[in-house]
Amino acid sequence: MTKYLLTLMSLGAIVGFQSCKMKTTEAAVSGDAASKVYVAPGKYDEFYNFVSGGFSGQVSVYGLPSGRLLKVIPVFSQNPENGYGFNEETKPMLQTSHGFIPWDDEHHLALSQTNGEHDGRWLFANANNTPRVARIDLKTFKTVEVLELPNSGGNHSSPFITENSEYIVGGTRFSVPIADQEAALTQASFKANFKSTVSFIAIDPTTGRMKIDFQVVLPGMDLDLSRAGKGPSHGWFFFSTYNTEQANTLLEVNASQKDKDYIVAINWKKAQEYARAGKGKKMATEYYHNTLNEENHTATSEVEKEVLTLDPNELKDFVYLIPCPKSPHGCDVDPTGEYIIGSGKLAALIPVFAYQKITKAIADKAFEGDYYGIPVIKYEAALHGEVQKPGLGPLHTEFDGKGNAYTSFFVSSEIVKWNIKDLKVLDRVPTYYSIGHLMVPGGDTKKPYGKYVVAYNKITKDRYLPTGPELTQSAQLYSIDGDKMQLLLDYPTIGEPHYAQAIAADKIKAQSAKIYDINVNKHQYVSMGEKTTKVVRAGNRVDVYMTAIRSHLTPDNIEGIQVGDEVYFHVTNLEQDWDIPHGFAVKHAANAELLIMPGETNTLKFVPTKAGVYPFYCTDFCSALHQEMQGYMRVSPKGSSVPLKWHTGKTDSAAAVAAVR
Amino acid sequence: MNLKHFYVAAFAACFIIYGCGGSSEEKSVKDETPQQPVDESPAPAATASDKGIGKFQNVELTHPLDEGMVKAGQGTYDVKCGSCHKLNEEKLVGPGWKGVTDRRTPEWIMNFVTNVDEMLEKDPKAQAMLEVCMVRMPNQNLKDDEARAVLEFMRKNDGKN
Ligand SMILES: [Cu+2]
Repeated sequence: MTKYLLTLMSLGAIVGFQSCKMKTTEAAVSGDAASKVYVAPGKYDEFYNFVSGGFSGQVSVYGLPSGRLLKVIPVFSQNPENGYGFNEETKPMLQTSHGFIPWDDEHHLALSQTNGEHDGRWLFANANNTPRVARIDLKTFKTVEVLELPNSGGNHSSPFITENSEYIVGGTRFSVPIADQEAALTQASFKANFKSTVSFIAIDPTTGRMKIDFQVVLPGMDLDLSRAGKGPSHGWFFFSTYNTEQANTLLEVNASQKDKDYIVAINWKKAQEYARAGKGKKMATEYYHNTLNEENHTATSEVEKEVLTLDPNELKDFVYLIPCPKSPHGCDVDPTGEYIIGSGKLAALIPVFAYQKITKAIADKAFEGDYYGIPVIKYEAALHGEVQKPGLGPLHTEFDGKGNAYTSFFVSSEIVKWNIKDLKVLDRVPTYYSIGHLMVPGGDTKKPYGKYVVAYNKITKDRYLPTGPELTQSAQLYSIDGDKMQLLLDYPTIGEPHYAQAIAADKIKAQSAKIYDINVNKHQYVSMGEKTTKVVRAGNRVDVYMTAIRSHLTPDNIEGIQVGDEVYFHVTNLEQDWDIPHGFAVKHAANAELLIMPGETNTLKFVPTKAGVYPFYCTDFCSALHQEMQGYMRVSPKGSSVPLKWHTGKTDSAAAVAAVR
Repeated sequence: MNLKHFYVAAFAACFIIYGCGGSSEEKSVKDETPQQPVDESPAPAATASDKGIGKFQNVELTHPLDEGMVKAGQGTYDVKCGSCHKLNEEKLVGPGWKGVTDRRTPEWIMNFVTNVDEMLEKDPKAQAMLEVCMVRMPNQNLKDDEARAVLEFMRKNDGKN
C-alpha cells in the first residue's frame, strides 16, 4: 500500500511539473489550504464577494472563503434565466438615449459606505460601453436603478465611492466631442474638440437614488481608474490617466511617448461649492434615468434634459495634475487616506504620493507648468517615495489596514506585498496567470478586514479541465493573515472578472428579503387571489391576469385569442414562502420566460403569429405536482368568432367576457 | 497490478465503511445545518396533541362570531387560501374547508397555518394530510391576527355562532 501511494505521489509530481509551464502550483499550495477554505454543507461563508462580470454585463456573488457561486445578478445584460430585460417590468431598465441596449461591459463595483466602512445597503456598478451606472439593492439583490451618463465615452473610472456615499463617479475612458458632436478624426481635430468628463453622481442618503450633480470637463485624455480620498483626503478624488499625448490612432505606441502621464486630483468639495453657487454652465443634453419600483415591481424611464458642467480653466483651484510614471492604471488610496499609490502599467517602480505633500505643493505653488491651463504639481513635491523594482506591470493596489499594500503585477503574474511607510518589498506570490485587479475584503475602506487577498486573473491555461479554445477566467484566494501570503483556492468566474468588493456576511445576511408581501403588491396588473383573475381584451391588446401557486396556474385554459393579438400575461405569484418562485413560459414566445418571486407580479408579452394551441407551464420545479402546473391557450385566426373565455377547474367563466374600450 | 487494484479496493472500502459508520460525524453536520427560522416562542415537544405544535395553546373563541374578523378572514382567504381550498367538502389542492372546525381544534388550525413547516415535519395529522394531498401546504406567512381572522371565517363557513 505504501509503495502504491508513493508511486501515485511521484506520478502526481511529474504530471504537475510538466503541466504547469509557468510555475508549479504544488510548490505554492501548502498542505492545510483545503481546510482553510472548507465551508461544510449548510454552513455559511464569512464574506459575500461581489465580482464584476466584465463582458457578461452581470455581477456574480460568491461566498468567501469557499468560492461557491451564490447568485448571478443581471445588471446591464438581459438574462433569460429570470427574464431580466425581457419581461415588461424590467425592459425600461435597459433603455438609453440610443434606444434599448441589452448588453454592456461591467468592470468595477462599489459598496456603499458610511464613515469609510461598507454599510451593506447598496452595490454600484459601471457600464463601460454605453456609459451607465447601476444601483443594486442588497436587500433583494436586484438592480433597481440605471443612470445613463452624457458626454462620456467608455465609463471606465467608475463607480468609485466617497466615504459617506456622497458621490460615485463616472470618468470617461475615451475622450469624445461633448454634446454628441461629430468631429474629424485627425490629431488637430482631436486636440481641439475632444474632451474628457468626470460625472459626480450624488447619492440620496436615504433612498440611494442617483443624480448627476455636476460634470467636470477636462482636456482630452483617457481616464482609467479612480479612488476617493478618505480621512484627511476626504473631499478629493483621484483619477489615473493615460494618453495625455492625445493620440487618436495606434495608442499602444502613440500613447506611450511621454515618460509620465498624470494623476488628476479633483477637490470635489470645492467643485460642489462652485456648483451650489451657480458657477457652472448648464448644458442641454439627453440621458435616461431608469428606476425599478419594488412596490409595484415595475421599472420606469425618465429622460433628463440637462447637465451642469464645471470648467477648471474658468473656475480655478479645484483640479490639479500629478505626474505619474508611466501609463498609470490604479491610483489607490490607503486606509489612512494619507497615501495615494500610482501604478504605471509600463513602469518598473511604484510611486507613492503623500496627501500632505500634495496640499503643501499646492499652497507653495510648486508647479512644473500646466496642461491646458491646469496646474501640474512637481513630481518630487508630491512624492512620498518609490517602491524600487517591485515587479513588472503594476496595476492595482489594495491594503490590509496594518500598513501593508498588495499590488498586482500583470506582466510578471504575481502579487507583491510591501510596506507603505518604508516602501520595502516584504513578500511575493505567483498568480495563475496575468492578474488584473485584486481585492482585500474592505481594502478600499478605512478598516479593511485583511485576512484574504483575491486575485482576478485574465488567463487560466493549465488550471482547469480544458473547455475548447476558450477557458474560464478565475479568481484566486490567498491568506494574508501571516507574514507570508498563502494560496488557498482558485475558482472560475463568469465573463471577465475585473474589480470586486467583499463585505462581512453579517452585514447583509439578516436584512435579506425573503418574499414580497402580497398585501402591498401595487402592480398595475396584480391579481389579488384567484378570484380576481380574468382576461381583458381592448382592441388587439389582451391582458391576462393570472396567478401561480403550488401547483396550478389560474386561468389554465384560455380561448378567444387571435393571431396578431398582443397578449400580456401578468402572472402574480401568490406564494408567501421563501424561495418559492414560479416560472412561466409559453410555447414559441419570442423573448424569455418569467421567474416570479413570491408575492411578485411579472409580465410576459406574447404575439402569436399562427393559429393553434399553445401550451404554457411553470419552469421552476416547485412541488411534487410541478410537472402538472401547465395550461393551454387557443389561438384562432384573425377575425375568428371564438369568444374570449377562460377557466381553471370546473368553473367556466364563458359568460363573463370583459371588454374595455 | 492485481495487487494494486486490491489496494485501491481495500482503501475505498475502508473509506465507505468509515463514511457509513461515522454517525456521530453525520450528526454534527446535520446539527449545523441552518433551520428554517422558527418562531422564538417556546414550542411544546412533538406529540400527537389535538392542539398541534406551535405557540397557540389556548385560543379564546368569541360568541357570537366577530363579524369584523370574519370579513378580514374572507379577505385573506381570497388572496392566500382560495387557490387551494374550496369552501365546501371538495378537495382541490388541499382539503375543502367545510367542517374543518369540527375536525380540528382552534389551536391546531392556528398552529398549522402559522407554523406550517414544523407541523408538516412532526404533527401526525398534518403528515397524514400531506400523504393525501402530496403538495406541502405553502407557508403563506400569515400573521397571528390574520390566522385568527381566518379561523373566524372558517367558523362562519361551518355555521358556528
Ligand atoms: Cu410552479
